[in-house]
Amino acid sequence: MGILDIYLPIAGVSLDVMALLVLGAAVGVLSGVFGVGGGFLLTPLLIFIGVPPAVAVASSANQLVGASVSGAIAHWRRGNIDFLMGALMLVGGFAGSALGVWLFAILRRIGQVELFISLAYALLLTTLGALMLVESTRSLLRRRRAAARRKLHQHTWLHGLPLKLRFRRSKLYTSALLPVILGFLVGILSAVLGVGGGFVMVPAMIYLLRMPTVVVPGTSLFQIIFVTASVTLLQAVENNTVDVVLAMVLLIGGVLGAQIGTRWGAKLRGEELRALLALIVLAVAAKLVFDLTARPDNLFSLGALE
Amino acid sequence: MMRRLLLALAFVMAALPVRADQPLLADLTGHLIAITTGFTGTSVVLFGATDGPGDIVAIVRGPERDSVVWRKRHLAGMWINGPNVTFANVPSYYAVFSNRKLDDIVPPPAQALSQIGIANLRIDPRDPRTKQDDTTTFRAALIAEQMRAHLFAEYPGSVAFLGDRLFRATLNFPANVPTGNYLVEVLLIRSGKVVSGQTTPLVIAETGVGADVSEFASNNAALYGFAAILGAALLGWLASLPFRNV
Repeated sequence: MGILDIYLPIAGVSLDVMALLVLGAAVGVLSGVFGVGGGFLLTPLLIFIGVPPAVAVASSANQLVGASVSGAIAHWRRGNIDFLMGALMLVGGFAGSALGVWLFAILRRIGQVELFISLAYALLLTTLGALMLVESTRSLLRRRRAAARRKLHQHTWLHGLPLKLRFRRSKLYTSALLPVILGFLVGILSAVLGVGGGFVMVPAMIYLLRMPTVVVPGTSLFQIIFVTASVTLLQAVENNTVDVVLAMVLLIGGVLGAQIGTRWGAKLRGEELRALLALIVLAVAAKLVFDLTARPDNLFSLGALE
Repeated sequence: MMRRLLLALAFVMAALPVRADQPLLADLTGHLIAITTGFTGTSVVLFGATDGPGDIVAIVRGPERDSVVWRKRHLAGMWINGPNVTFANVPSYYAVFSNRKLDDIVPPPAQALSQIGIANLRIDPRDPRTKQDDTTTFRAALIAEQMRAHLFAEYPGSVAFLGDRLFRATLNFPANVPTGNYLVEVLLIRSGKVVSGQTTPLVIAETGVGADVSEFASNNAALYGFAAILGAALLGWLASLPFRNV
């Protein structure tokens, strides 16, 4: 217990307000440096410090609304948002988040929500961390060699899908189904894990949709605002797990951290940074896996019924 | 605090000769515990007087609710919630305060009879078909968990006598104390028998911002959700203002 404890009304626990601010700021710095939302680190860290997993997921989503508004505004000022693409992703995102929240409610009822969250995070972070580590090591090794020029457009079967639309900002002519499906999948992730999904969305937009890199972060953030807003609303109504006090404290820490992070990010080198983030992500994953597989001190746990 | 207590005690003493037929009188310094945003646990003083020497046992009971106990099992290398038993009407808080060890005050068989002490709490499965073995292990686990969270507790020696008639006890409530209507039952015991008892209500409620937030969240979930979104968006927008020209 710290000196400045704050009672979180929905979580039903008292936590040190400074610890929460520092946590929010730390994740904010990360998101500023790496350009990711940081939800995938925030939720597991909240669980580690004693926030019930269901509340951690829902409140992270709420916090992300603010964080992504703040980020999206900066990109919008520079004209780096493809609104048509973002809107299509949203359509899928709303459907996905509704499905996700519904799944979440079922898992809660059968008492497996904690297992599911830990397991999903362990899987997700291990994969993500490993991929990032491989990718950054490779580019570290390759840096000296001249980069091979890639073809401007590579066409795969994905681009043969129907309902083609012209995306002027992204300079693309591709199927409207792609962003909708992508949005749907990320919407599910967002609802069950309390993440914005930027870390899935961004690579998918670059490598699958082949959008120009400059519009990717802004468009991703733009749609994350609405998907996390929809998750917040649905979680509040369906599961009663959104703790505004927690979300706001984290957000205050987060926006300050993000500004610091953005500055540091500009000075540091990309590959080393990504390797560092990969290691952080893998460390969190390792802790989750350890918690799942180590024999618990206590085999019993309690749950209250209304 | 101390002065108020002494004043209260003086009142009780003054009242004693008037109600000589009443062997026990007790009250709390407050009947409402407010959980505010900075709540980290609190205490209430129980005080009273008896008409002669004896032992005092005070039982504090929180609101009852159904509780599920899960037992983890090892599956595919992981520890997963498996079998569970739901118990009906489990007190969310149960603490026994006494002036000396419970077993010295009341012999164990009599404790069971008058349901004094954690071991004698009536906790039964909601499903009457639950096997006896399961009931026993899961009930023990429930009690152990509640004790670990300081929600079930016995505090022998926590009731102090001033002389042989006046007594006082500090009832401590942890930060995670459940809200609701509590009952404080004070028993006067002489040579193992309950001579007199008195029950006093105690309300533990959230007040201030915390209460408003959780009430809003449960009564008006959709509006609460919208407010949460708006609040976050506004904060995000405000945060981007100082950096407009960056």
